[in-house]
Amino acid sequence: MTDPREQPPGNRDLRPGTDPCYKCGTCDASCPVADVDEDFPGPKFQGPEQWRLTRGSDRDVDPSIMACSNCMRCDGACPASVPLSQLHNTARGQYVTNQQSAFSRPAIRNRLLANYRRGAALAARFPRLANAVANNRLLRWAMDRGLGITADRELPTFATQTFRSWWEDRGGADASRERAARNCEDDPPVVAYFHGCYTNYHTVEVGKALVGLYESFGYAVTVPPQACSGTPMFANGRLDDAKREHERTLAGFRDAIADGAPILTSCTSCSMALRQEHPELFDLAGIDELAGNTWDALEYLRVHEDLADRLAAATPEESSTYVYHAPCHARNQGLARQARELLADVSGVTVTDVGDSCSGISGTYGWKAEHYGHSMAIGEPMFEHMETAPGDTGLTECPTCAMQMEHGTGYEVEHPIVVVADVLGCGLADGAYEITERSG
Amino acid sequence: MAIEDDVLVIGGGLAGMTAALAAAAAGSSVRVVSKAESSLGHASGLLDVLGRIDGELVSDPYRAIARVDTDHPYAMLGTDRVRQAMDWFDGILGDAYTGDSHTNALVPTIAGTVTPTARYPRTMAAGLASDDRSTLLVDIDRMPAVDAPLAAARLEAAGVPFSVRGASITMPGLATDITRSHFARLVDRNETIADEPIRDQLAAAIASVHDGEARIGFPAVLGLEQPAVVIDYLSAALDADVFELPTDPPSVPGERLTRLLEAALDDAGVRMTAGVPIVDVNAADGRVRDVRGTHANTSVPYRADQYILATGGLVGGGVVADRSTVHEPLFGCHVSQPADRADWYADTPAGPHAFPRFGVHTDHEMRPLEADGMPTFVNLRAAGAVIGGADFPAQHAGSGISIATGWHAGRRAAEAIDR
Repeated sequence: MTDPREQPPGNRDLRPGTDPCYKCGTCDASCPVADVDEDFPGPKFQGPEQWRLTRGSDRDVDPSIMACSNCMRCDGACPASVPLSQLHNTARGQYVTNQQSAFSRPAIRNRLLANYRRGAALAARFPRLANAVANNRLLRWAMDRGLGITADRELPTFATQTFRSWWEDRGGADASRERAARNCEDDPPVVAYFHGCYTNYHTVEVGKALVGLYESFGYAVTVPPQACSGTPMFANGRLDDAKREHERTLAGFRDAIADGAPILTSCTSCSMALRQEHPELFDLAGIDELAGNTWDALEYLRVHEDLADRLAAATPEESSTYVYHAPCHARNQGLARQARELLADVSGVTVTDVGDSCSGISGTYGWKAEHYGHSMAIGEPMFEHMETAPGDTGLTECPTCAMQMEHGTGYEVEHPIVVVADVLGCGLADGAYEITERSG
Repeated sequence: MAIEDDVLVIGGGLAGMTAALAAAAAGSSVRVVSKAESSLGHASGLLDVLGRIDGELVSDPYRAIARVDTDHPYAMLGTDRVRQAMDWFDGILGDAYTGDSHTNALVPTIAGTVTPTARYPRTMAAGLASDDRSTLLVDIDRMPAVDAPLAAARLEAAGVPFSVRGASITMPGLATDITRSHFARLVDRNETIADEPIRDQLAAAIASVHDGEARIGFPAVLGLEQPAVVIDYLSAALDADVFELPTDPPSVPGERLTRLLEAALDDAGVRMTAGVPIVDVNAADGRVRDVRGTHANTSVPYRADQYILATGGLVGGGVVADRSTVHEPLFGCHVSQPADRADWYADTPAGPHAFPRFGVHTDHEMRPLEADGMPTFVNLRAAGAVIGGADFPAQHAGSGISIATGWHAGRRAAEAIDR
């Protein structure tokens, strides 16, 4: 862990994290929340200014830090490379630990939202029941009034079988090695998949597509034990929770880290947390190795295999048209244009990028009753772009962006991995197992 | 393997985007990779070529190129190439910009200064300081860092050839301070604030301070998307020529220019990857083989046949100064500098300093040269502020240098591709 806010002893140069801020305000201009929420002072205040104000005095962290959605757009906007989101994460953590009563309504609500994995794990044991009661109006009214979780959104549907359960039924890593070996001359190289909560409980098809895609390229997939990536915990200032979850993930991925295996993600917020936020904030054994070996699943194939060529040569039977939204967390990982670049060469597939607007949901932010209106106002330009673009199927890597796209337009939303796997004929739709043998 | 293109441009500012457009126009597959979103939105939106030399205002920038130092990038390119580059760039700018090719315009700013420039957004056309019509400058009391009465007083003190007055307006819909970019987005959407569309409210508020002046200047915040429509609307409502004055960063005209160029890059098929600092170089036998970028801590290789270094100068991080030396951190290109650090600066605050001129020096192919006069790498070219020899802030020459060197480097890179 490095703390860019402080100078190393004996160094009289600028503190690299805070002193380069020359208060130009470009971060404020980029902030989707400041654009719609008059009470939000913007990332410049929340970052370097608040840090200076709270330093060496008994001044508290301003409560407005909790209105930051942690979209991290300011990181990419800053011309001086000030680590704004790191400053925000730290300030939010301080606020929650030192100033927010653990039994206040927002604290209880945020704790529930941040620890979604726990509730989801329980609900996933009774998926049909969970789906039946999840959108019960009385329950949702009570959640809204009692906890401040908006009743205006539909809770995500639980898959009848979790990804992990499907994976175990299918034979786990042994079965994957066997299948990969058919597409590989030597021992199949091993990849470790960090599926995250959403793929496990809701969009199971994303995980299945990833498995099918990698096996078709001759990789043996492993799915180590894992916890939450930490994304919703960072956004809610629950740093202890994030650290606890990451310790579990690091333990689960111990072998993968030791072997230097690539660690794959299919959610750009999970990868952002693993790659950047955890190593910025914590000092845990293996944390940097895991960060350095983490790849977006399509990015890894693109760099290490002939994915682009195979896509260009593919001849899908049906043509399809998508409106793509780049998640904010994809942006600072160089991934904002990856899906459209890869799909641009596929005959019959048309992708329109809806531009640089934020979807507005930012994970748990848009679920909070007091931010629901802001969330929809931020999303409005995206909804408009989607509706004017050709096609009525959305495309994005981020599960909550997908939730917002669907909520704002009624479109179905797909994941690029599912589209790529389908185009290459190695998808695993509905659990059926099909694979295209590699020729040549 | 790696992410592969014919030409890889490192840096997404004006020079990098220009180089990419030029290489793509010559038929190459091009990628621009930049450490963050483009910071061109920081720029005023004016495009200067050469505004001052030795402290004197320049009338014809092309003619004045003859007077630059021999190690200036314009001296290396020659006047004809600079002119060709600007003419080509005019085609990309289209209707959004104007300006006489051979005469600098004097554009008043919201700081009350007058700045020489070769090209300026059409939204500023009615405001030129050479125009003698009476002028009203207007600001909004809720918008920090713009002060029209002060700007008017300064312009008057500078002896502009027109009568000028400044006034502040209050808009009932704006209860708290508002940033320029936020205001511009409200104008784009013609959002209803305090029960009235913002454009109507703006026109009414300006009318309440307007006293028959022939033209009315406003900070450059009149929308990111269709400022011409807004200006036409306000001009008709107020019966005066409405124009914009450039501001400090973040700048709405700078953001408009960024969007214009990004759209041109998209149309040209240029691939863009933002948020990826390039941190490592793999070279052999005098050629760059590939470079590595960090995708939030994961190292990802990018490979091309030809590379263009457009990482900026001391401010952009393309040239870095520490306590003993100045260096180009990525490829380790030679940066000539005084032997003694004390000689980086002049004794007086306004200079002339040595440090604004720090940067790489290139051959006619735009390849950075080592101290022995040999190219650092045969397939590496440079563009923009990473090139030394120009005091571009003092010379009002930054945009022209970026456009001209970017154009030349992009074309030469495309020609050099080993097919």
